[in-house]
Amino acid sequence: MSNRDVTNWTWTDQTALEDALRRGASRRDLMRMLVAGGVSLAAGNILLGGAGEALAQTPTKGGHMKAAGWSSSTADTLDPAKASLSTDYVRCCAYYNRLTFMEEDGSIKMELAESIESRDATVWTVKLKSGVTFHNGKTFTSADVVFSLMRHLDPAVGSKVNSIAKQIVGVKAVDALTAEIRLAAANADLPTILAMHHFMIIAEGTTDFSNANGTGAFRSKVFEPGVRSIGERNENYFKPQKANLDSFEYFAIPDDSARVNALLSGDIQIASSIKPQSIRLAESRPGIVLSKTTSGNYTNLNARLDMTPGDKSDFVEGLKFLLNRQAIQRSALRGLAEIANDQPIPPTNPYFNADLKPRAFDPDKAKALFQKAGVLNQTIPIVASEAASSSIDMAMIVQQAGAGIGMKFDIQRVPSDGYWSKYWLKAPVHFGNINPRPTPDILFSLLYASDAPWNESQFKSAKFDRMLLEARGQLDFAKRKAIYNEMQVMVANEAGTAIPVFISNVDAISDKVKGLRANPLGGQMGYAFAEYVWLQR
Amino acid sequence: MDQQVAYLVLSRIGVAIVTLIVVSFVVFAATEMLPGDVAQILLGQAATPEAVAGLRQSMKLDDPAFVRFLRWMLGLLSGDLGRSYANNIAVADLVGGRLLNTLKLALVTTVVAVPIALLLGITTAMYRGSAYDRTVNMLVVGVISVPEFMIATLAVLVFAVWLRWLPAVSFATDLSSLWGIVRAFAMPVITQSCVISAQMIRMTRAAVIDTLKTPYVEMALLKGASWNHIVLHHALPNAVGPIINAVALSLSYLLGGVIIVETVFNYPGIAKLMVDAVSTRDLPLIQSCAMIFCLGYLTLITIADIVAIVSNPRLRK
Repeated sequence: MSNRDVTNWTWTDQTALEDALRRGASRRDLMRMLVAGGVSLAAGNILLGGAGEALAQTPTKGGHMKAAGWSSSTADTLDPAKASLSTDYVRCCAYYNRLTFMEEDGSIKMELAESIESRDATVWTVKLKSGVTFHNGKTFTSADVVFSLMRHLDPAVGSKVNSIAKQIVGVKAVDALTAEIRLAAANADLPTILAMHHFMIIAEGTTDFSNANGTGAFRSKVFEPGVRSIGERNENYFKPQKANLDSFEYFAIPDDSARVNALLSGDIQIASSIKPQSIRLAESRPGIVLSKTTSGNYTNLNARLDMTPGDKSDFVEGLKFLLNRQAIQRSALRGLAEIANDQPIPPTNPYFNADLKPRAFDPDKAKALFQKAGVLNQTIPIVASEAASSSIDMAMIVQQAGAGIGMKFDIQRVPSDGYWSKYWLKAPVHFGNINPRPTPDILFSLLYASDAPWNESQFKSAKFDRMLLEARGQLDFAKRKAIYNEMQVMVANEAGTAIPVFISNVDAISDKVKGLRANPLGGQMGYAFAEYVWLQR
Repeated sequence: MDQQVAYLVLSRIGVAIVTLIVVSFVVFAATEMLPGDVAQILLGQAATPEAVAGLRQSMKLDDPAFVRFLRWMLGLLSGDLGRSYANNIAVADLVGGRLLNTLKLALVTTVVAVPIALLLGITTAMYRGSAYDRTVNMLVVGVISVPEFMIATLAVLVFAVWLRWLPAVSFATDLSSLWGIVRAFAMPVITQSCVISAQMIRMTRAAVIDTLKTPYVEMALLKGASWNHIVLHHALPNAVGPIINAVALSLSYLLGGVIIVETVFNYPGIAKLMVDAVSTRDLPLIQSCAMIFCLGYLTLITIADIVAIVSNPRLRK
């Protein structure tokens, strides 16, 4: 390297510098920092030059990459409708395509669709790209779109997005390259919904998913559920920039330290979603870079409003004031989180209400509220589990704060297995964990509408339901944002859910892996990394 | 006499079959008690009640528990293990490859661990109380006290992360060359050997010492037989029963108890398959794995019993 003038300059520093550049730090800022840190002006220029070069590199073709996720099982599937784990999403993104694609800034680009348009947000016309072929040679037409979307409505398919797909009342093929989607009611979010992993397009009539027949950048070569999958580059891919890698292998190493060890020993190039506790270990090693995404995943504390003690609104409000967000961010998540304001829309979302400030940690206020609710001398059980990530640490932070004001919380730690069917949504005070969703409409319909299937606190408001419907059909961004802003305030103040922080996802990657960017749909570039990354030789 | 042995052996096998049936009942009952079912787990938390009901119906999960059990049992008797609920692949296909992987690992571990364990067990008994005996014993107690996840993790840290000699994950795919086999199996085998040989060493040592205390050994000594001759020709044949028992008990661990080794090295074996199956409530798969573990265990124990019966005339009474 050309940095011989600088003493103590290590690989870690170099990657930190590249990382800062990647995140948009200006050259001037970095220069000032370097000079302040005792690096001479000339040497600083050389360092920055090197880092810039590493960034500006053009993709190189070839190579076999191995990446590891955190969970996989015999329920692994190549059926996009059934995809449920990150491993499934990675495979789906590699072997199939969606009609639309969500970019890193949350905007929607067309993928298999040429355009998606609607005048009233109820009937949508989808024009499709021509000349796209499936892996088995079949030409992609509107019939495939009809089949792929309609099958989500069949209960026997077992689609994960059945509840979202229900608003689709019909899809018909207008001609070979035009499809028409008709919704039960206006929904301006349809292009975003179609960017979700489950809405990948499969060939018409597919019922056998022992192999993947998609239009994607890779062909499935090996698929062993619960063991591993290998994909090979599709040379007939319709995008001019085909995949860079010759092939990639994906499997899960559920044990967190084993996953990091595999990365450190060079057996894999990407270790996805590593825990805050392992970050220091990975960070300190040469040749390892961390890729961080905060996309709206959160662990929240729920008090059911229809059960004691949640039925006393002062208790719920007191709980929100007792939540030490800074402590949770700093100690439970080692800084890898963004403070949240008790509503589910993350700051990266264009509809995020920036005026709604998070409640400050205020034990005195909490004490007064608990007193008013008459619960101060009672012992309140809180159900927490490993299943809701970091919830046990969060519960302990709440317990500590409670002890300071004479409020007793009894943490009931329960097993992960069965948590979601036995405790979540059921216990009077418990933790939940919600994955990122692309639109406010999905979040609110899923979690806060009166008939929401996951109404964690049993929050019910006719006004809220009306606003949800109104915003859904609204094509005007500013008007929509105004409605969503108000709804966020309502949720933060009235619902029994306290959302302390948005948790960051951290992937540890080898510095040989280039081209990985953050994506709001999740870690590993919204699971679509295989198509975009390349291996530096 | 031979008839008596045959009767004993047959009754042992009969007991084994009854045990298998009881185990299948217990496993079925236990999975019924777990919260949630496969339809709910496959659909995840976003599932609406109608979607779950629809899937349940299409998977025939609505039938009463005992009908499903009977269906599975009848299938089993006709040699059909059924299809996995989770991904609709034949259970036999899912189990086959994974069982083979576990057996490969078990075989290599047996070949490495058993001779070493017997050698150490017998020699420490021969030189009881010597510095050699005490050193080996201390090491054995040391190893037995370290949990296997610790041994496995340390092995990965040393051989994969620091020295970079061996891969941190083992798929057992590259078995074309001797070096490939060594690389794939080295760390899992070392870890498993540590766990199982400690017990074998101590039991072998105890069994040999027991026989060395008997009057006929003293007699042989007085007649002027050499120490090696006494141990190998007089004591050892009489200690075979308990030694084989200890070996069988240790080896039975290699089938179902290897979950930690499989997890740390990401080895695709059958123990991990069963854990997967439990978490997805995939009943046909859970049952099949449980039966295989039980079968393996019973086979080993039955063999040990039969060897004991044949080697010791007193047990035939």
